Amino acid sequence: MKKILLAIFLITGSFNGFSQDIFGGKVTGNFQMDFQASKEDTIIGAEKVNEKALMNAFTNILYTNGDFSAGMRFEAYLNPILGFDPQYKGAGLAYRFASYKKDYLEITAGNYYEQFGNGLIFRSYEERNLGLDNAMDGLKIIARPIEGLAIKGIIGKQRYYWEDIWASDDFGLVRGLDAEISLNSLIKSIETSPFQISFGGSFVSVYEKAEDRFIIDQTTGDIFKVNTPENIASGAARMQISYKAFNLNAEYAKKGQDPNAVNGYIFHEGEAAYLSLGYAAKGLGINISAKRIDNMSSKSRRNETGNMLNVNYLPALTRQHAYSLFAMYPYATQVNGEMGIQADVIYKLKKNTFLGGNYGTDLKLNYSRAMSIDQEFVALNPALNYEGTDGYTSSFFKVGDEIYFEELNFELSKKISNTYKLSLMYSYQTFNPIAIGHPGEEFIYANIFAADLTQRLAKKSSLRYELQLLLTEQNYGELAAGNWIQGTIEYNLGGKFFAAVSDQWNYGKENGEKVHYYNFSVGYTHKTSRIQLSYGKQREGIICIGGVCRMVPASNGLFATITSSF
Amino acid sequence: MKKLILTIMIAALSYGILSAQDNQTKAQLPSVSVKTLDGKTIKASEFSNEGKPFVICFWATWCKPCMMELNAMAELYDDWQEETGIKIYAVSIDDARTCPKVKPLVSGSDWSFEVILDQNSELKRALGVNNPPHTFIVNEKGEIVWQHVGYAPGDEETLIEIYKKVVKQEEIK
Repeated sequence: MKKILLAIFLITGSFNGFSQDIFGGKVTGNFQMDFQASKEDTIIGAEKVNEKALMNAFTNILYTNGDFSAGMRFEAYLNPILGFDPQYKGAGLAYRFASYKKDYLEITAGNYYEQFGNGLIFRSYEERNLGLDNAMDGLKIIARPIEGLAIKGIIGKQRYYWEDIWASDDFGLVRGLDAEISLNSLIKSIETSPFQISFGGSFVSVYEKAEDRFIIDQTTGDIFKVNTPENIASGAARMQISYKAFNLNAEYAKKGQDPNAVNGYIFHEGEAAYLSLGYAAKGLGINISAKRIDNMSSKSRRNETGNMLNVNYLPALTRQHAYSLFAMYPYATQVNGEMGIQADVIYKLKKNTFLGGNYGTDLKLNYSRAMSIDQEFVALNPALNYEGTDGYTSSFFKVGDEIYFEELNFELSKKISNTYKLSLMYSYQTFNPIAIGHPGEEFIYANIFAADLTQRLAKKSSLRYELQLLLTEQNYGELAAGNWIQGTIEYNLGGKFFAAVSDQWNYGKENGEKVHYYNFSVGYTHKTSRIQLSYGKQREGIICIGGVCRMVPASNGLFATITSSF
Repeated sequence: MKKLILTIMIAALSYGILSAQDNQTKAQLPSVSVKTLDGKTIKASEFSNEGKPFVICFWATWCKPCMMELNAMAELYDDWQEETGIKIYAVSIDDARTCPKVKPLVSGSDWSFEVILDQNSELKRALGVNNPPHTFIVNEKGEIVWQHVGYAPGDEETLIEIYKKVVKQEEIK
């Protein structure tokens, strides 16, 4: 271990010391280090941390020489910062690959990321700041034999913290094929036609050694053996059509019997459908999306729950908020069954009009709703529960009667003068706590407001003022803690230096407590390097990036981040 | 002890990286495949601007500073193009969740950048981008000559100043 570290250190050190030209190739990469020191705080629920300091760090080193590239990522979690799974503790080379591209062929050996279509049956990706990484380890081949046709083949196993995945039968083998045709690139005579059509299909199979599962009938004492399938296949078909201002994107996926820990070991087949319609003209954009997910959790280990070993990607059809109080109740897809719709309208009021003012005004409207699917449960032997049965049947077009999440939000952004820019935002949210694993809790209804004003000072310096307010009647504990207000003032100098102070105040808690989550931060940016220090309190909550969420425990103390690209 | 050694190494490594930035040689754009808004595949190494330098901006629909940056540049883009012939590739790293919002946002905001989709962050990784926004200037030979992370109001003015220097083939510090 130490030797590897030393080797990496020397290699990267020598790159930096001399030049990034190595045997005619180029070396690039990036680096991030997070450092946290948190102390106990009983008021906000920050637990005692045994280590004085926690640290996450990684660096990617990428070597490119013409058609050849190779790279590696070294990661260290000593110990992992709060909110990261303790199984990340340790350090080592988590990712390494070599890749060769020639003419129409691209071959990658080692670790890689890839996605088929919208990801309904396969997506390998990372969200480093969430501690989420399902990198494949194996082989990937992409062939583009003629223009407009791409064929991808993948085989491998998925990362699981620091486990030696190849040493254990416990980790399934993922194999897949995908083909995509862009008709307009394939057929030259229609290349510039207003009709643009592409379609694709994919197939994925996960192999995991069968295991003996037994269930006991509690009343008779009979023992049943469940035959777990070893190969779980899924397939998907998709198309994308655009005609002038209109476009359509649709994908349908089906998954074979896959009894697993997420679905309660039922044999019901999985199904997912996704449809998105868009209209895009100058100054007006509209998008309407709908999806149906039925028993589509797909992992390369049948007994796994949680965020690791995901083979596919089923994002929520809801707006991803940047303001913290708007993201207080984030929604994540219910992989066992959900029907969702979302609509977005984006409109620009032209400048030099009565409503648009001197500079024009941007308006955004977003609506989303997620419901349960229809479920007719099979006749149940109460002593057996549903394990080993088909579980339920479901009618495709019938919407279930439970609502998981609903939101209507509206945003207005406007440049008032050369000095001021203003954004106003409002959201009404209905949140069913069952969506984050709290069944039986009262629904949360919240009105949320934000105003954000940027003021240009002398050349290249600016001030930003932000005020947010969350109003809710629900006030029954950690999940729904009544009203919140947040204020932030941020100063920027020359795009290099910033300082900010903010306070998030939970002023209407049920037990009468008034909790302040104050935070001070400063940052300095030099080209592609950035260092940021903050001190203060972090509320317990959920951080979501790209549709995947992670619980962040409360903390009180210092947090520093250094990032750099080179 | 082991921890201490590791910490020292990482600190030294980061120092090395930070201090090495000023004398780095120029990397080329990789031949990573990305998509245009109408679903066509294009390689990043094929990005071009009729023999002139161009700009690449990484962004996402959910990234507030990215919106500020692109809106500020959109307002000046016509003037910039007229004056310098600049071209901006706005590379969205929105994944399957937010990708359908890219096209309506681009047209609804009336942006005329070349918008590129990098749905599974292949190009983002290949260029060592940590977080958006991250901006690159690529010279007429396809070499990355300048890059910057983050956005603060006024950064767009720095960008166009540097771009003009790249056009004149002046030394960039």
